[in-house]
Amino acid sequence: MKLKDWIAPFYVWKRAFEKPFTVPKPLKERPGSPRYRGFHQNDLDTCIGCGTCSSICQNHAIDMVPVDGIETHKGDSGLRPRIDYGRCCWCALCVDICPTTSLSMSNEYVWIDTDADVFRFIPGSEKKPWDSFKKGYKREEEYQLVDPRRIEMEMLPPEERVKSFLEMVKGYSREQAQKEADRCIQCGICTATCPAHMDIPGYIKAVRENKIEDGLKLMYETNPMPAMCGRVCTHQCEEDCALAHTGDAISIRWLKRYLADQVELDDYSKAMPVDILSNGKQIAIIGAGPGGLSAAYYLRLLGYEITIYEANDKGGGMTRYGIPEYRLPYDQLDKDIEYILSLGVEIKYNTRVGKDISFQEIHKESDAVLISIGLMLPYKMEIPGEDLPGNISGLEVLDKITRGEKVHFEEKVAVIGGGNVAMDSARTARTFGADVTVLYRRRIEDMPADEEEIIDAQQEKVTFITQAIPLRIEQAEDKRLSFIYGLAEMVDQGEGKRPKPVLIEGKEFSIVVDMVISAIGQGADFSFLPMEYEKLFSRKNQLKIDEFFRTRDSKIFASGDIANQTKDAISAIADGHRAARSIDHFLKNL
Amino acid sequence: MKNRDREKFPNVLNGIPVIDLESQKFLKVWQGPQHPGVTGNISLEVTLSGDEVVDLKTHVGYLHRGFEKLMERRKYLQCFTIVCRICVPEPDTNEYVFAAATEELAGITIPEKAKWLRTLVLEMARLASFLMWIGGQAGALGMGTIAQWTVAQRDYILDLFEELTGARVYHMYMVPGGVRGDIPDGFIEHVEKVMKGVEKVLYDVEIALLNNAIFKMRAKGLGYISKAMVDEYGIVGPNARAAGLARDIRKDSPYLIYDQLDFNVITGTHSDALERTFVRFREMLQCVSLIRQVINKMPRNGAYYTHIPNPLHWKIPAGETYVRAEASRGEYGYYMVSDGTEYPRRVQVRGPSYTHAIAVLEKLAIGTNLADLAGLMVSLHTCPPEIER
Repeated sequence: MKLKDWIAPFYVWKRAFEKPFTVPKPLKERPGSPRYRGFHQNDLDTCIGCGTCSSICQNHAIDMVPVDGIETHKGDSGLRPRIDYGRCCWCALCVDICPTTSLSMSNEYVWIDTDADVFRFIPGSEKKPWDSFKKGYKREEEYQLVDPRRIEMEMLPPEERVKSFLEMVKGYSREQAQKEADRCIQCGICTATCPAHMDIPGYIKAVRENKIEDGLKLMYETNPMPAMCGRVCTHQCEEDCALAHTGDAISIRWLKRYLADQVELDDYSKAMPVDILSNGKQIAIIGAGPGGLSAAYYLRLLGYEITIYEANDKGGGMTRYGIPEYRLPYDQLDKDIEYILSLGVEIKYNTRVGKDISFQEIHKESDAVLISIGLMLPYKMEIPGEDLPGNISGLEVLDKITRGEKVHFEEKVAVIGGGNVAMDSARTARTFGADVTVLYRRRIEDMPADEEEIIDAQQEKVTFITQAIPLRIEQAEDKRLSFIYGLAEMVDQGEGKRPKPVLIEGKEFSIVVDMVISAIGQGADFSFLPMEYEKLFSRKNQLKIDEFFRTRDSKIFASGDIANQTKDAISAIADGHRAARSIDHFLKNL
Repeated sequence: MKNRDREKFPNVLNGIPVIDLESQKFLKVWQGPQHPGVTGNISLEVTLSGDEVVDLKTHVGYLHRGFEKLMERRKYLQCFTIVCRICVPEPDTNEYVFAAATEELAGITIPEKAKWLRTLVLEMARLASFLMWIGGQAGALGMGTIAQWTVAQRDYILDLFEELTGARVYHMYMVPGGVRGDIPDGFIEHVEKVMKGVEKVLYDVEIALLNNAIFKMRAKGLGYISKAMVDEYGIVGPNARAAGLARDIRKDSPYLIYDQLDFNVITGTHSDALERTFVRFREMLQCVSLIRQVINKMPRNGAYYTHIPNPLHWKIPAGETYVRAEASRGEYGYYMVSDGTEYPRRVQVRGPSYTHAIAVLEKLAIGTNLADLAGLMVSLHTCPPEIER
C-alpha cells in the first residue's frame, strides 16, 4: 500500500464545491426527446379502424371499439383503437404498422390520475393535452414493416396489345403471388366492401400458404365465377384496401385469378367434392349471365333442379358479349360456366323467352322463376342524325366481335361515352387499326369506367375529348360524318354529388369521322313479358323488387344488372347468391 | 484458507456439509431477496460461523417472468419488444442477439449503417452497465458516493438513448432487419459531450476508488478465481479476463463492425475483486474510445433498415442457431430454434450470470467475511433478471 493510496482519495473533496447533479425544487418538467415514445395520438379522420394495431400488439393492450360520431361506411369499420395503459409497453409496433399513419405517439409522458380506469382510453376521441403535440414517435418514411409497393403485373406492351386480342395480363407466377399475398395485413376492410363479401383475407392466406384448393373452395363459397372475376372484376376491394392509404393496394383481383388459374377444370370436383341431393323442385332462370349462373350454382347446391334459358348460343351474358377477349379470354369464362353445368344445371341455349318459349309456360312449369336478363339494349343519344349510316352502338360492336362477325372499322372513329363499354369499344377499334377519339360529357376523373381501362386506352393512343356534349351528327363529304359537340362547364351540385355538365352556349366544335360508336349506357329489354305482368313494374323498364329480390308476383324473382345499382359482374353474382337464398327460403316456407 | 482453523467448519458427510444449527456453532442468515447487498431480486442463504461464511446457497425464482415461454406464443416481431426486458441494466445485448439470430435463420442481411448504429448502441449499453456496476461495487464496500457520480453519468447516457431510440431503458431499437431510426440532428455532439463527462467522472473514480487504500485492502484477494476454474465453471467476460485469459467475443468471433474498430482485449493477472475492478475500469475507458471511433467512422448516409416479410405472418424456415455477443458481463447468447411456423419453437437465453451468481458465487463465498459477501457478489457483476428469463 502506497502513501498515495491514503492521500489521493481526499482529492475528490473538490466535488463539494461543484454544481450538484440533482435538480432543486420547484421541479421543471423536462420534455421528452423529439422521438420519445410517449402517449398515443390518433387522427380519427385518417384512421379507418382496420385493427392492425390491435393484431400486432403483443400485450393485447388494444381493442377496437365504436366511437361516437364515427359511422361505419365503405372503407371504414367505424371502430377505433382503445389502448389500455395497464398493458401497453410503449413498443410502438402499433405506430409502425398503422397502414394509414393515423396512429402516432407524442413525447408527453406525465399523466396522473386517481382513477385507474381512465388509463384505458381512446386516443383522438378523448381530448388530451398531448393531442396537438408535434414531437414524439412517428414512423419514419424509410422504416416500413409492410412493403408499400405491389408486385407489378406483367402486361403486353401497348404496341403489342393493339395488334391482337391476346390476353394482355400475363398473370402472377407462384413466387410473385406469394410475395404479393404476403403484404396483406388481413384487416378485412375489403370483405365489407366486396358486394359478394368474399373472404378476401382468407383466400389471400391460401395463396400465401400455397393451399390452392382451400383457396378455390373459399372463393366458391361466395363467388362461383372466380376465373372471370379474377380478370374483369371492378375490384372495389382494392379501392378500400388499407394499404392503399399510403402505398399500393394488394392486387386482390390478380390473386383471385392466380388461384383460379392454378386448378384445371377437371380437378375442380376433387378440390370441392359436392354431394347434391335433388329435392325435385324446378327453378327457371332467364338469362345465363353472372347473376343467373350464380343463382343457379347456389340453388343447385341446395338440391333444386335448374333450367336456364339463354337467348344466345353461349353463356356468360354481358361478360361474354360485352367484354373483349383481350380482357377476358372466352375459355376462362367457359371454365367457370362448365363447372356450374357439371353440377347438373341444365341450360337451354338459343332459347329466347317470349319467342321460342312463352313466359307463361315457364311460369307454370316452375316453382320459381328468376329473371336475370341483364341490360342488353343500348340507350340512344337522342340527337339528330343518329340514324345516318356509320352510326353503331358499342354493345353491337362488341357483340359482333364476340360472335366472330366482321366489323368494318373505318379510318377515323368517334366513341361517345365514358363507361367500360366505351373503353372496350374504343380499344377494340384500336386493335383494328382505327384512329379513335373518345368524347365524354364530363371530365376523365368522372368517368365510370375502371381507371386502368382508361389508362390502358390512353397508353394505346386513344384520344380523349372531355366535357363534350353531343349535339348532332351531320353528313359530311365522302360518306363521312361530322360529329358536332358543345363544350360543357362543370357545375357543382353540392357535396357528395357529381358535378353536372352544362352546355356553354355558342361553343360548338365538330370532328369529321367515318364511324360513330355510341356507348352511353344500356337498359333492359322486358319485351318478353306478356301484358298481364305489367303489375311487376314500378315505372317504365324498372321491375319493383323487395329486399328479397322478389317481384310483386311471389313466384318471380329478379337479379343481376336489372336489380342493382352498381351494374357490375360481382354485384350481379352477389345478388344471384342472395336471390338464391331468398328463393330457397320462399320455397321451403310455402 | 489452509492456515485457518478447520474447527469452525461443519463436518462433511458424503460430500455434503452437515450444518447443525442446534449446536449454536452456526448461524443462518438470509441476504435477500430484498437487500441492498444483493444485485437484484435474488436471495443468498448464508450459513455463518462467527462472521465467516461456511456455506452459501443461492435462491432464485423471485423474478421469473417466463420470457422464453412467452416467446413461443409470440410472432417474431412481437418477441422483439419483450427480449429487452430480460436484462434491465443492459437490454440492448438481448435486442441484438435476438435480432441477429432471427436474421440468420431468415437469411436477412442488414444494411451497413444499421451495423454501425447497433455497435454504437451496444457499446453505450456496455458503458451504462459498467457505470452502474462500479457504483454498486464501491457501495458494497462502503463508498456510496461513487454510485452517485457514476449513476448520474449513466443517466446522461440514458438521455442519449432516449434521443436515438425514443426510450430511456427499454430501447426496442434493434428491430430484425436493421434499426428503427436514423441518427437525429445534433446527436453526435451530444455523444461527445456525454463522453467528456464520463471521462471526467472516471478520472475522479480512479483517484477515489482505485487509489483508495481501504478499498484496495478489502477487495484484494476477495473471490479469487483460478485459471482452472474458468473453464470448469464456464466463467466469461471480465471475470475470465481478470484471470489472465484473453477471451472476448468481439475479438474471437467479431460481429457487426467490431473487426473495423481498434481495441485490445483487456486482461488482468491477480483475478480477485480488485483485479476485476481494474479490468472493468479499463473496459469503461475502452467503451468511450469505441463509441468515439464508431461516431467518427460511421457512414452518414444510406439505409438503416431492410424490408422483412410482413411481420403479421412472418414464417422463418426451420433451423437452429446460437448467436452470441459480448455484454458487459461476458458472453451473452441466444439459442434459437424455428420450426417453419410464425412462432419461434424455442428461444434459450444464455446469460453469464447464471454461472456467476450460482455456481461460482457459492464456491467463492466459502471462507469470506459476511461483510465482504456483497462486495464479492458485485465483483462477479451478476444480474438476476437474466438468470430467470
